[in-house]
Amino acid sequence: MSRLLKSSALALVIATPALAETDTLGRLALPEEVAAWDIDIRPDGAGLPEGRGDVWDGEDLYELQCAHCHGTFGEGVGAWPVVAGGFGTLTHEHPEKTIGSYWPYLSTVFDYVYRAMPYGAAQTLEPDEVYAITAYLLFLNDLVDDDFELSHENFTEVRLPNEDGFYMDDRVETEWPSFTQEPCMTDCGDAVEVSMRAAVLEVTPDDPLTDARHEQYLAMATAAAGEMGAVDAPAVEAAPEPEPEEEAAAGYTPEQVAAGEAAWRQCRTCHNVGDGARHGVGPHLNEVYGAPVGAKDGFRYSPVLTEAGEEGMVWDNATLDAFLENPREHLPRNRMSFNGVRDAEERQALIAYIASFAE
Amino acid sequence: MTKPQDKTGGTSRRRFLGGAGLAGAGLMAGLVPARAASPDPMITEVQPWAQFLGPGVDDAPYGKPSPHEAHVVRRNVEWLTADTASSVNFTPIHELDGIITPNGICFERHHAGVADIAPQDYRLMINGLVDRELVFTLQDLLRFPRENRIYFLECAANTGMEWRGAQLNGAQFTHGMIHNCMYTGVPLRTLLEHAGVQPNGKWVLAEGADASAMSRSIPMEKALDDCMVAFKMNGEALRPEQGYPVRLVVPGWEGNMWVKWLRRIKVGDAPWHHREETSKYTDLLADGRARRFTWEMHAKSVITSPSPQAPIYHGRGPTIITGLAWSGVGTIDRVDVSIDGGRNWHHARIDGPSLDKSLHRFYYEFDWDGSPMLLQSRAVDSAGYVQPTKNALREFRGTASIYHMNGIQTWQVHSSGEVENVEVA
Repeated sequence: MSRLLKSSALALVIATPALAETDTLGRLALPEEVAAWDIDIRPDGAGLPEGRGDVWDGEDLYELQCAHCHGTFGEGVGAWPVVAGGFGTLTHEHPEKTIGSYWPYLSTVFDYVYRAMPYGAAQTLEPDEVYAITAYLLFLNDLVDDDFELSHENFTEVRLPNEDGFYMDDRVETEWPSFTQEPCMTDCGDAVEVSMRAAVLEVTPDDPLTDARHEQYLAMATAAAGEMGAVDAPAVEAAPEPEPEEEAAAGYTPEQVAAGEAAWRQCRTCHNVGDGARHGVGPHLNEVYGAPVGAKDGFRYSPVLTEAGEEGMVWDNATLDAFLENPREHLPRNRMSFNGVRDAEERQALIAYIASFAE
Repeated sequence: MTKPQDKTGGTSRRRFLGGAGLAGAGLMAGLVPARAASPDPMITEVQPWAQFLGPGVDDAPYGKPSPHEAHVVRRNVEWLTADTASSVNFTPIHELDGIITPNGICFERHHAGVADIAPQDYRLMINGLVDRELVFTLQDLLRFPRENRIYFLECAANTGMEWRGAQLNGAQFTHGMIHNCMYTGVPLRTLLEHAGVQPNGKWVLAEGADASAMSRSIPMEKALDDCMVAFKMNGEALRPEQGYPVRLVVPGWEGNMWVKWLRRIKVGDAPWHHREETSKYTDLLADGRARRFTWEMHAKSVITSPSPQAPIYHGRGPTIITGLAWSGVGTIDRVDVSIDGGRNWHHARIDGPSLDKSLHRFYYEFDWDGSPMLLQSRAVDSAGYVQPTKNALREFRGTASIYHMNGIQTWQVHSSGEVENVEVA
């Protein structure tokens, strides 16, 4: 067979099943796969899993899983979202937009908690738990009594007060007639005056690198002006050097510390370490290895941790290992919302990483 | 020496004023160039870079900006949010030119931090009201015909602080929740047609794979119009913080809808009213009622230089005002610039491509006499929409709506060249 014939035969094989070729793009989703990802809930109840939970169970779950950010009464800790109250504030200068005061649909609460909460440990709650937490959020917003149970059966009977407070974008109808006029180009209105300055608030972050650059250019402009002669431009502050790798400490290997740094992803939502680490949702963990339990200044620990520390408990390899394996079981009623690390090697790596910030 | 202005806090500003008076004196825009007092050692002395060898090829297999540009970075405002994993930072637009935003400084907005997904682990599912529910790998997506489009992405909350008046001193902070990139990807329409949308499929839900499983409802008309399932930005793979390996592109509509780490497209017959389209990204008006589904980003512009972080160093004489303009409903027809707080306007020059739902770059070149200025820019788009003043917007919406603040920005330029974010009345 000639080369030409060979290649055209090959082309024929490739080209013939045009439709079949298109069909190879992607594959059919299996029912189990759709079920695993198809978690969305709608206001009409579409997508709700079967289940039920009451206000009392919801209170326990909320205290354990939610209160450390959203506050015991839904008031929000620091800058974390307020989820309860705020009724009647939507016309105020600083409205409080909560589930009770603003959100139109209860399905949004269930959907969001089910898909994204607790923060940093998403999709760890069972449907019954989400029903219970949702019921408790209704209770915190004074929308149900404490004997209320929420389930897939009565879910759509619950209506939030601000359901009718929303309407479809109408900017084009209401605003555009005013904003599509040919604008004035000369002598438009009276001269204006400055009525407010951002600088007065002093909320803009400092930027030393840009400041240094400004100084350089100004020095150049000064020199060019010829009034001062040549001026040595100040050096731009060098970019901060990356922190050197922490040395392995306390008998751990550098490999363990490195593995611990990778595993730290599950902790860093709440805990900070390293230079300038501050308390977040959880305490910072610098110099915690070898130190008494629950003893960092400026952090409000669960009583059980403070008490353990007062009784002489110290964070060492053994105590950290036991605690990290199952935080809730090891120190019951502590507020750390974390399911634990089952893998012993991973726990040791995390401990090595924490220990590397011990000095 | 220029008299220091009142109420200009911050060390940088004081230092700036300390040296600034000198700057204006010598740079008159005369016909005769100035004469230097002494020879410039940068010219008369052999400099190290002219004598010694520099780094060779492969010194930086992936090149980075010059170390002298270390200040041109995304920056956040720590007090705005509780945690950096659910937060935002800002594009340094005051340092950029042209219309394309470099990938490494496109602003970030995450709801649960940056998801780390290996390309071989990536899956995209289409389910719901379709003839066949499908799963695609990244390699599958690469076999569909693809297109290249340049679009801006603006966060609905960009400039949101300014509803209550001048707040943050810098174009980066007031207007930096925007970037403009060329996306390469597959039209969402192609994938939906491949799955076969059923007649009652009127909405799609776009869902992310990150730990917030970010989700937004998008009307089918838009999904079939110009949405893209993108895997490249500015020619290279999406950056992790921009949704690697795959994000949704929703041209002209608020950035929150451009779901990153896109894992699922569900077709349904009604919107989902999820958290990001009820609790957030709804516009509360003064009467206590709120607009929902305010998807379109309307025409807007800002002068990026001079601006508070980009003062005028050179004093009076030839001066360039430059900035960005954009519209989520089309192209920009023209930009007007005022140096007197909006009393008189001048047509600016748009240079570079004028593309649908893309940033436009404008310039206004003039001879500054060194007197104080109130700079403003005003965009007019292809729909005839004229960027309104902030007060005109407030008359319709009050001051608590957070999102969609596209009012005219004012920068006050002092004789020293220093620039401040101000409100005028």
